[in-house]
Amino acid sequence: MKRRNFIKKTALGSLTAAVGTDIVFGSMIPNGYLPLALQDPDPFTLFNKDKGMEVLNDKPWNIEAKAHLLDDKVTPNKYMFIRNNGLIPEEINISNWTLTIDGEAVKAKKTYTLAELQSKFKSYTYQLTIECGGNGRSEFDPPAKGNQWTVGAVSCAEWTGVRLRDVLEDVGITDKAVYIGYHAADVHLSRDPKKEPISRGAPMAKALQDETLIAFKMNGQDIPLAHGYPLRLVAGGWPASVSGKWLTRISVRDRVHDGTKMTGDAYRVPCNPVAPGEKVKDEDMCIIESMPVKSLITYPRSGAMIKEGQKLNIRGHAWAGELEVQKMEYSIDFGSSWQPCVIEKAANRLAWQHFSASIAFPKKGYYEVWARATDANGTGQPMLLPGWNPKGYLNNACHRIAIKVT
Amino acid sequence: MEDQDKFKSQVSSIYRLLTTLMVLFAITALAIVYLISDPTLSFFKDPVPAAEYVSVETEDDFDKIENGIHVRTGFKDAEGLMTVVNNCTNCHSSRLVIQNRMNEERWIATIRWMQETQNLWDLGKNEAIIVNYLVTNYPPQKKGRREILRNISWYELKE
Repeated sequence: MKRRNFIKKTALGSLTAAVGTDIVFGSMIPNGYLPLALQDPDPFTLFNKDKGMEVLNDKPWNIEAKAHLLDDKVTPNKYMFIRNNGLIPEEINISNWTLTIDGEAVKAKKTYTLAELQSKFKSYTYQLTIECGGNGRSEFDPPAKGNQWTVGAVSCAEWTGVRLRDVLEDVGITDKAVYIGYHAADVHLSRDPKKEPISRGAPMAKALQDETLIAFKMNGQDIPLAHGYPLRLVAGGWPASVSGKWLTRISVRDRVHDGTKMTGDAYRVPCNPVAPGEKVKDEDMCIIESMPVKSLITYPRSGAMIKEGQKLNIRGHAWAGELEVQKMEYSIDFGSSWQPCVIEKAANRLAWQHFSASIAFPKKGYYEVWARATDANGTGQPMLLPGWNPKGYLNNACHRIAIKVT
Repeated sequence: MEDQDKFKSQVSSIYRLLTTLMVLFAITALAIVYLISDPTLSFFKDPVPAAEYVSVETEDDFDKIENGIHVRTGFKDAEGLMTVVNNCTNCHSSRLVIQNRMNEERWIATIRWMQETQNLWDLGKNEAIIVNYLVTNYPPQKKGRREILRNISWYELKE
């Protein structure tokens, strides 16, 4: 059923128009959200999100988790952040959904149906950390433009799909290949059909990694609509914008992909460090690749009060883009001394690692527990904000929670 | 002669009776046919307002202000409000505007970016009204290199 017809048939049509939430009800149909969506057009119901999630933006939808909601080892849908650049596709028909591989560096353009992708290539399942490049933006001073993410624009779900490498091998790519760029079915905010909301990509080295998937399942089920149903590129450890949702086409380029949000200052940071607030020319901005080392305390929730003598057990996750997290520490004295946490090995490359510690406090009072991860190159998280950049990317400053011993 | 008159009057009374019965039958038949086509007798009732009219009430306070806040968008009620609502909430949500804190120069740069890449129209005289509204009502806040933890909701943790 078309969305237009659908709205015509309901008195709520005029109400949604009045509310100004131009949500695409029709697109809910494939995942069976429809009846709920009509009765209750709130995003938690629409997207099956926990009520504790924070809506930053409703057009386009941008919703983040809070640290304590990310306690699961594998992030379930209800706690997974949504970062949309455009409007969710309005009609999704999986029986005629196709993926086309084209571009300057393919031997010949080739198109696959969903069924062909799934039957022709072997499927793989990995836990992959996906973090928005702008996670932590809200802390920058002077403030940076965009959605003001705090700490919750990160997830590590289990993705199942075929390797992009296997598909590219089947198509045949030439030695001119430099970069892949994705194209998708989402709609530009201005509804201009000639504009793409976002079309990013990655260099061939990343595209050809084992863990770079064309995914059709998340946590063992169809990918939820807001996360890219029915097909999503997933490139763990890189800014989440590389993991294009509602995937319809991948271009193998003979140059760095120049799609929407690849150029200018989007998903770029100054090639050389700048002072806070400094103007940076476009040509001095460099594309973000692997995300920096970072960690989150997911238990307990900030604000816990414990009795004197009671030990505090903390736990959380740490990740480091392409790298492994080598060391995890905590401090209860604002970094004057650091104590080790137990850090587990990753389930697979590019999955976040789980840490835990048991903390004893010397006396009553207010404390902050700060967590610091260090990657395999020996680079650790800063306690202060890292280098200022115009768009407020890559804030990997230590996470902390407040504790009172009474 | 008398018998003939009597007969005539009997015939005419039977005729009247039959005519009355015919008329009654016809009315009943018509009523039955009508009831079949309109069992709720809606023709004789006031028209029930269609569901769409209900939303007219919503339309009435479409631009309602409550406690100094424009309810529909969350914007502060101040000079330039409706210019901002009309120009800045067509493509994206007002939430995107409210959460961003910029000075005049950066707001203008952002407007240029939207005009160059996002199909924003020429704002003409409204540009100054919009920028003034934004820098007055949503000025940048100083945060320094790291803020203290705020809005902590304390709870007892039992292990």
